[in-house]
Amino acid sequence: MTSENVDDYFSISDILTTQERLPCKVELPIYRLGYLDTSSTSDDLQPGTKLDLSFWMARALCSRKRHIVSVEMPRPYREGYREILTADANVVDLHKLGPYYYSYGVTVTECFQTRIRKIMDSSQNAYNEDTTKLTEKLDETEKCLFKAGQIGLNDFQRWETRQTEKLTTSEMVRSHRKRKRALMDDS
Amino acid sequence: MLAEKALELIAELQRTIDSTLGPYNEDTARHVLEEMKALFEQNQKDVSATVAGENGLFSGVQLRHAALERNKRCLLAYIYNRLQHIKKMRWEFGSVLPSDVKLNLGEQEVQWFGKYNKMLANYMRSIGDHGGLDLTQDLKPPKTLFIEVRCLMDHGEFETQDGNIILLKKNSQHFLLRSECEHLIRQGVLEHIVHG
Repeated sequence: MTSENVDDYFSISDILTTQERLPCKVELPIYRLGYLDTSSTSDDLQPGTKLDLSFWMARALCSRKRHIVSVEMPRPYREGYREILTADANVVDLHKLGPYYYSYGVTVTECFQTRIRKIMDSSQNAYNEDTTKLTEKLDETEKCLFKAGQIGLNDFQRWETRQTEKLTTSEMVRSHRKRKRALMDDS
Repeated sequence: MLAEKALELIAELQRTIDSTLGPYNEDTARHVLEEMKALFEQNQKDVSATVAGENGLFSGVQLRHAALERNKRCLLAYIYNRLQHIKKMRWEFGSVLPSDVKLNLGEQEVQWFGKYNKMLANYMRSIGDHGGLDLTQDLKPPKTLFIEVRCLMDHGEFETQDGNIILLKKNSQHFLLRSECEHLIRQGVLEHIVHG
């Protein structure tokens, strides 16, 4: 997640992941940036101020040489929550805890292990049905996995029913038509 | 909060990237650039103050610098991901984009599309034995030389390679060379009929 290679640099989901906020404490005074803390009116950020900063910002201020802010463990990753996850990982609404839960805290692998079974199972067997109920509680990474499984399933079914040899309208053209038709219906 | 406008661009991109491309958000992009300019100027001021002997401004400089980098990343990602989408459109829509899709592109994006088009055409002309090779053809492995198609809309007259002129009228069926009508199928004019 924190690597700066080219693929990640342009990745939309990586940018959104690093936007998640962390509870931080200011250790050194930061002058003339008081407006970052909405609860105070002073011009500067004083040492000891607690505020939520985005990951990208906290990371820049937390280099090894100078410790401008210190970072606390965000709540969904603390001990208490981890206990809930060990109890039954399948019922937790990860989307509510933050849609990028995993990539944001790669430590919770065990929870992922329990959930992956159900995700794999449902993505391989839900054919031709509404999957919104299944996916609404999933994290973005899980959603990606689910989608990949569904694509695989659908491709296989299409191959089995010999639909792959049929030439079809390209996806973009189709969705473009649909939108146009909707517009025409409206007017 | 800093770099908020830039994030708006990214969020907007994520919402629209799966369907069709939204309009190029020049306004927000300009706002981001303005914010970056302000950050940069403030940083320069603080740096020269530090050189002059003031202490402790470094934290602020570092924070603003992080915000600058962040803004830059968001802007570049916005442009890059849109370009990837536009590139894909060349393969899906063909060399001419529908006018309402084209309307959503920024001026530079239109230029880029034109250049990409030209480069692709030049490349396709340079490969293959005689007269080049159309890479946008046969995206699925062909099974037969001729295929049966049905017209989904009135398209007018169509001249086949052997000089015959056929009228593509809605709901009429034809038996055509696959290579000739694949593009029309992909553009949704014809429907490929497969007998199962």
